[in-house]
Amino acid sequence: MTRNQFISSLPKNLFAGFVVSLIALPLGLSLAVASGMPATAGIVSAVVGGVVVSLLGGSYVTISGPGYSLVVVLLTAVTTLGGGDLFLGYTHTLAAIMIAGVLITLLGVLRMGKLAEFFPASAIEGMLAAIGLSLLVKQFPIMLGLEAGSGNPLIKLFKLPLVVTEFVQSAPESASALAAGLLGIVSLVILLFNSSIRNRYYQQIPSPMWVILLAVGYSYYCQLRGVESPIRPDLFIQLPDSVESMIYHPNFDLINSWGLWSVAITIAVIGSVESLLSIKAVDNLDPQRRRSNANKDLRALGVATAISGFLGGLNVVTVISRSSVNVTQQANNRSSNFFHGVFLLLFILFFSKLLNRVPLSALAAILVYTGYKLAHPLKLVAAAKVGKEQLLILVATSLITLSTNIITGIFLGTLITLLSHFVITKRPLLFLLHLFQPNVLAFKEKDTDSYYVSVKYFCSFLNLFKLKSKLDAIGATKTVVIDFSLCEFVDHSAMQTVENYIASFEKKGGKVSTIGLDLHGASSSHPFAVRNLATESTLGSIEKLFSRRQENLSKMSKEYGWEYCAKNQPIDPSLYQFLFFETKPIVQVYNTLVDPVSNGVVQDIVFNEGEFIARESARVTALTIKLESSIPSFVLDKEGLLDRLNAIAGFGDLTVEGHNYFNRKFHLSGSQPDKIRGLFNKELIFLIESSPIYLIESSGSELLILKKDRLLSPTEVKALVYFGRELIETLACNSISSNREISN
Amino acid sequence: MNQSLHQYNPFKRMLFGFAFSPSLESNLHEVVRLAEFFDSELILLHVGEKTKEKQKKVNSIVAATAAPSRVSEYHWIPGDPYTTLLDSTESLSIDLLVLGAVQHESLFRFYVGSVARKLTRSVKCSVLLLIKPAVERVACKHVVVSGFKTSTLPNTLFQAFYSAQCLGANKATVVEEIANKSVKVSIDDDRSLIRSLRKKRVLEAEVDRRVAELIDQLPAALTDSISIQKQAIFGKRGYSIGHYAEVTRADLLVMDAPVKTSLLSRVITRDIEFILSDLPSDLLICRAK
Repeated sequence: MTRNQFISSLPKNLFAGFVVSLIALPLGLSLAVASGMPATAGIVSAVVGGVVVSLLGGSYVTISGPGYSLVVVLLTAVTTLGGGDLFLGYTHTLAAIMIAGVLITLLGVLRMGKLAEFFPASAIEGMLAAIGLSLLVKQFPIMLGLEAGSGNPLIKLFKLPLVVTEFVQSAPESASALAAGLLGIVSLVILLFNSSIRNRYYQQIPSPMWVILLAVGYSYYCQLRGVESPIRPDLFIQLPDSVESMIYHPNFDLINSWGLWSVAITIAVIGSVESLLSIKAVDNLDPQRRRSNANKDLRALGVATAISGFLGGLNVVTVISRSSVNVTQQANNRSSNFFHGVFLLLFILFFSKLLNRVPLSALAAILVYTGYKLAHPLKLVAAAKVGKEQLLILVATSLITLSTNIITGIFLGTLITLLSHFVITKRPLLFLLHLFQPNVLAFKEKDTDSYYVSVKYFCSFLNLFKLKSKLDAIGATKTVVIDFSLCEFVDHSAMQTVENYIASFEKKGGKVSTIGLDLHGASSSHPFAVRNLATESTLGSIEKLFSRRQENLSKMSKEYGWEYCAKNQPIDPSLYQFLFFETKPIVQVYNTLVDPVSNGVVQDIVFNEGEFIARESARVTALTIKLESSIPSFVLDKEGLLDRLNAIAGFGDLTVEGHNYFNRKFHLSGSQPDKIRGLFNKELIFLIESSPIYLIESSGSELLILKKDRLLSPTEVKALVYFGRELIETLACNSISSNREISN
Repeated sequence: MNQSLHQYNPFKRMLFGFAFSPSLESNLHEVVRLAEFFDSELILLHVGEKTKEKQKKVNSIVAATAAPSRVSEYHWIPGDPYTTLLDSTESLSIDLLVLGAVQHESLFRFYVGSVARKLTRSVKCSVLLLIKPAVERVACKHVVVSGFKTSTLPNTLFQAFYSAQCLGANKATVVEEIANKSVKVSIDDDRSLIRSLRKKRVLEAEVDRRVAELIDQLPAALTDSISIQKQAIFGKRGYSIGHYAEVTRADLLVMDAPVKTSLLSRVITRDIEFILSDLPSDLLICRAK
């Protein structure tokens, strides 16, 4: 970006930073209070995060500040590390945050930007749901103006109805509780129904800010009527008057205790994972499709966390919801993150009096809403749709996280995922044997600008990073075909990742398609479902479990009026009249597609090459066309693969006069040289030269056309059908003209 | 036979160590056919006692093969299969050792090692591992050759194209494996991606030119009527070529001999060990005499 562009985009980024700071303010305050820290701690971390990460980071439109994933961890640390003394606990926790900052910087220096990729998608979902649930149960009583209480979040979840009855019983007696509780409930209602209020002016202000405005407005309303606010003073946020009194420094007395280090490690690991997931997600939102340098960003976040901890703030992470607001406000570089920090600093300097009028119940409502969104029941439904095992992983991970801690939860969730893969494939050795082996081959196909990527053995969260690093090295403007036919097992995380690549390549003008998944059994009809080659029993119901390729083929067929059938077809013996299949026993024919215009049939054909090679069977997508009038039989191929067979059949290599390029490039043979030479006129040769083919074979009454020596992606199938139509037309013109010659 | 081609024969003496296994017949048919194609003398060796019965069986199979006269010597040496075969390749001055092999190695086998694979690592001549011997010939169409830069690469190309020509293959692909490390650009964002792509183009052109030069130096009789392709692959050395041979369904893979392998290289799999643990096709490992 040039300097002029930067300056001309400043106003846009300034405004985006302002809007984001409106959300960051209430979120920062509420996250800090929920973590058991002074309310300003959240603002400190957002200011430091905004300034430091915008200066040192490697991403473009992300916003950094306090995150929700560690709220419960921090609260526990504050209450336990100080041995009951909350202030002491707070300063010890600050020490842990500083250490975590150093650890995160180290992760960045060690290029551990891949860290988030080693956790399966469903386990991460489960962890997030658990974080959401504990936020919700913790903040729910506070929202109603009651005491938070401590204890296992799982037990508290079941006691949630009791909290409501407590509120209903106690509210009439205490005006304070009633007012605070009602304010909390109204705030929650605002947040829940925010999106259904379709007023343009209302939507200008983000919903958390409406909550703050409502709370401040209520307090002014009381003041105007000349009455004391009924809410007890200790149920309000308390902001210090001066900047100096907002700053606290860490206490390193516990540096030798495991308790402090375990908190620091948890913050470092979970904070990094949260940030890395957000960075990836925000990259997909960026309209300019830039790729963030995750390692550089991690280093910046580490530095920011350390500084924030030193100044009394929470840890700094990349936050997805604020970043997405940033993107919708048309921010296009890091300056908006910087401005968001600056605006927050201004708010806290000039409006702290105003903010002191906000009751805690309103802030708690914001977190209850956040928790509800993280642990939304629909997430269970979504997981169940992908497969029963995904639901199991999600629920198990969240239960373990709730009853132990985040780190144990995510690791056991990962282990459960691995075990589920063992059970699904019934072959743990498949994973153990090939775990550390490379399994991805990627190369640029000759003569075309497309890349071919083949994945072997298995592809799951364990080795997904290998596939990702190959895809990352290609560049999203290219065409890529990912072949899974040698891969016996593809898990949910891998399917989801490939889907993300399909989307991001499409947006940058490239294309990713997958082939070789059509024969894999799937656990459900969901596009991200686990795919396993070992479950042959599911082959029968192939049409119920479409792969993405099959779905596209089916859609394409509807669009162009082709008949499509995914099912296995009886093997047509007429295929064997082609020399290509003469020595190749056909095993299976499926994904049949009929084009009524050319009468062509596109099929995926599985065949064996020679004997004794059970699993090393090969697959091609072939087009066969029955001809109306017969033509001489011939074989045309690029590499002379059938030369030997042709020689056996008494065919010789033919050249067509005046077409040197064609002669050099293709091997043409057949038993009736003169007739074949007559057939290959200018038009036909022009068509063949201009469109890459692998093989065209004529049996006299039928044509076999192969574009490549493998299965074709849907786009390639489209090109194949088009080629078939052109070929038939050219042949038809050809026979008319040759008839004319004869009659002449 | 084709005199102009066979004057270059690098495999004058072939040794096949046979065992009385169910695949004996197909193995013998295959090696006799190979000796005929290569214009080589075939020496058959059995590690074990010589009995009338065994001798009769082998003789009857050889007599039924395409060219029984290719078999010049029979040896019956009792002892340890590994050391016997290893010593015989030297004492009988063998150019090419042919062995039958299992395609996929089990975990146990992988670490302990079959005799065939142990020999592959330590023998001093070229080795051909056959994974799918057949009584009837399966045509060899596509040969994949490793073009990785070593001091012995000219010899490897020579042996590869001699074999390809003799076996009547019509397509040979020289795979140039380029380690990702040599790109020396770590891809973090769009800018480094563009730099790495540019670097890769330069590297690719470089190896393409180098391989083309080496192929040009080969005698014309070895390369004519074979369509030669070059394919650069960025990836793990030794692994990528095996995977490539598998997806392109090569019939013969030709590799340079490993410099030296230890048990450690099987723990941290590398180079040729990748291919030995999961053979994609018949494998010829070339060593210069």
